[in-house]
Amino acid sequence: MEVARYWRTTQQRYRMEGEICPTCSGKIFPPRDVCPHCQHEAKTPFTFSGRGEIFSYSTIHNAPQGFEKFAPYTVALVRLTEGPLVTAQLTDVDEHDVYIGMPVEMVTRVLREDGERGLLVYGFKFRPAFGVSGSSSQAVAVDVRAPEHAQHEVMIAR
Amino acid sequence: MRDVSIIGLGQTVVGEHWDKSLRMLGYEALNSAMASARIERIDALYVGNMLSGELTKQEHLGALIADFSGQRGIEAMKIEAACGSAGAAFRVGYAMVAGGMQDVVAVMGVEKMTDQESSLTTSALAMAADAEYEALQGLSFVGINALLMRRYMHEHGYKKDDFAQFAINAHANAVNNPNAMFRSLITARQFADAKPIADPINLLDSSPIADGAACVILAPTAMAREFTDKPVRVRASAVATDTVAVHDRRDPLYLEGGAISAQKAYAQAGIGPWDLDLFEVHDAFTIMSALSLEAAGFAPRGKGVRLALDGEIGIGGRLPITTMGGLKARGHPVGATGMYQIVEVTQQLRGEAGANQVRDARLGMAQNIGGSGATVVTTILERA
Repeated sequence: MEVARYWRTTQQRYRMEGEICPTCSGKIFPPRDVCPHCQHEAKTPFTFSGRGEIFSYSTIHNAPQGFEKFAPYTVALVRLTEGPLVTAQLTDVDEHDVYIGMPVEMVTRVLREDGERGLLVYGFKFRPAFGVSGSSSQAVAVDVRAPEHAQHEVMIAR
Repeated sequence: MRDVSIIGLGQTVVGEHWDKSLRMLGYEALNSAMASARIERIDALYVGNMLSGELTKQEHLGALIADFSGQRGIEAMKIEAACGSAGAAFRVGYAMVAGGMQDVVAVMGVEKMTDQESSLTTSALAMAADAEYEALQGLSFVGINALLMRRYMHEHGYKKDDFAQFAINAHANAVNNPNAMFRSLITARQFADAKPIADPINLLDSSPIADGAACVILAPTAMAREFTDKPVRVRASAVATDTVAVHDRRDPLYLEGGAISAQKAYAQAGIGPWDLDLFEVHDAFTIMSALSLEAAGFAPRGKGVRLALDGEIGIGGRLPITTMGGLKARGHPVGATGMYQIVEVTQQLRGEAGANQVRDARLGMAQNIGGSGATVVTTILERA
């Protein structure tokens, strides 16, 4: 894998920096510079809160190459508070405790490894929002700021 | 534009062809299609294929298969649209004949998937998804369909077992198809007990990895009877697209590309969905059957599963689907699948479907889906 391919996406992967459309005010993640709602140019940065809820989820047992050592792992579609859906892994949670509608928050984690000497690729995953631990828990309104460590340089070429 | 007909068809058995290379599979399908049209030369060849570069380390399939099939010198190229590759190749060949650029054209789908270990095949298939925002999160292609299926069950109140009839019907039809991979019946009990892959998807929701090649020969309808007594007319050919990533869709449970593609095709043919006598649906997973039936206008949102539960999808039903086994039981050599669907509709319309013959079949449709709905190719054929 190539360093530049990940380096150019660090803002979105570490901080969930997307865009907001100056024409229709649609919030866009991942950033794509053309608004998917109204098709106008949209390059104004907008940082998402990193909070949302589970839209759907599943657990991967037969992992693609580069992900074998993480299997089994739970993946989800997360509906961000600001509107967009994102695809991400869940972390710090048992798959049996996950439910549709569960409040979650973004954290930065290792996404994949390319062998002993390859890149460690970091990016966002989601974990149960603070105060939510299991399927019987109720959503608790808490103000969780974007994690500080997400802004550090964490992609390491070993 | 010229009216276009299918004048010949060929296919290999779908399965694990340990003794055959990619190019040999392609040659076999082309050779038998040319024999059925009683021709020895074609003007052009369009090859649908998704994974040859990744799994066989071979691109440039147009020239390669043309040469290894004794057709060196003709126009030939590969067309790629993930699992919709063969449907897309048909579309290109059709446009060439309809537009008067070529007369006798072969369109083929070919895939060789069993030469690599499964983790590489799994990541290769994930290339149909968004590499930056789906695959990089560790999502497999099965995983994407599992996310859709769980949400569908949640929104519409279905149980897992409600999807069983799609797989049971596909297997029942494959029993009578000598080219199918799994010629065995399955029961509701076996479906319920099948090994989970990515919950809620289990082994019997899923189409198998396979090798295979299928091919049809196209010619202007005005010339068709020089080659065959049973030409089959192309009444519609349409392609539409949607977002590659599921999370970018307005509604992940609605295949907008499928709806646009089907509506364009119905308009071209001047028909509605219920005028069709059969529908080869892209049943890569049982959830895709439900979503496709809804997008193609056979059921309202959330009701696609009901067609299966109500027994409408069998050979004698109101809408026979996967009449030769579908992706589930005929097998899913991804870049070849769209051409198997077209070959099977053609068999039905020529009255050559054996024990699975749909009575008086006159109009049939195939819908070939790339990725989780990003490219959708719809083809409507009519008995001449």
